[in-house]
Amino acid sequence: MNIRIEGPSPAMQVAVDLARKSVWLIPVVVIISAAFWGIDGVLSSLYALAIVVVNFLLAAYMLAVTGRISAAVMAAAALFGFLLRLGLIFLAVLLVRNTQWIELLPFGITLISTHLALLFWEMRYVSATLAFPGLKPQATPNPYLPSSESSDSVPSNLSPSASAPDSYDNRGLSAPKG
Amino acid sequence: MSALAHTAATVLAATDYTAAEAKGIAGASSAGFAYGLAAIGPGIGIGYLVGQAVQAMARQPESAGQVQTTMFLGIAFTEALALIGFVVFILLKFV
Repeated sequence: MNIRIEGPSPAMQVAVDLARKSVWLIPVVVIISAAFWGIDGVLSSLYALAIVVVNFLLAAYMLAVTGRISAAVMAAAALFGFLLRLGLIFLAVLLVRNTQWIELLPFGITLISTHLALLFWEMRYVSATLAFPGLKPQATPNPYLPSSESSDSVPSNLSPSASAPDSYDNRGLSAPKG
Repeated sequence: MSALAHTAATVLAATDYTAAEAKGIAGASSAGFAYGLAAIGPGIGIGYLVGQAVQAMARQPESAGQVQTTMFLGIAFTEALALIGFVVFILLKFV
């Protein structure tokens, strides 16, 4: 089985986008944790959010690296990577469980809720088609196309009459009927 | 399971554990069970998911990237179940 995934990995693209979106969750996590558990809760929740992001990035990196070797190696990396990442999360908790600032309840709640929230949020942006195997392409506004906004927002040199000199109206022609 | 609980109760009754110690022992063993049982389901799920994904890549190599994206999201969703078990474990064990 010598199937390889050449080029940029779509899983890594999705994971980086997940990490980017996690920045927007920081204020929400901080406010909720501070309201219920204080500064220790904030630190614990931020630690959980960091674990979630690193977990996503590590999973995608392992798939990306092993996918360039072969699909069988990628399958092995996915299965053993699951155990490895669970062990790493367990180790990350063991390292801090006796420290003063850790609050395990907000830590656990944040770990689960941000993991699921990021995934459901990311589902809206995943394309998973042959043309775009990772994320959906970002729509860039085309200044030459008419938009639903008022014509004042279009620069004068890009207005329909100026930008389309060969249109039917400017040439004194009428649009074909039918 | 009731036989296991009966055995544990018998062992605890035969020894000189206090109620707090017995509660701690029961909590630790429950946490271990919770973590172990919670890891079984996602393990089976990820194994099935990855197997089907590799099969799909073998059938249609041109869609390997698309399958990898779906597989990554599937693994992440399945892993949430294991994380729930892990959180139950740390709450039972350390709190």
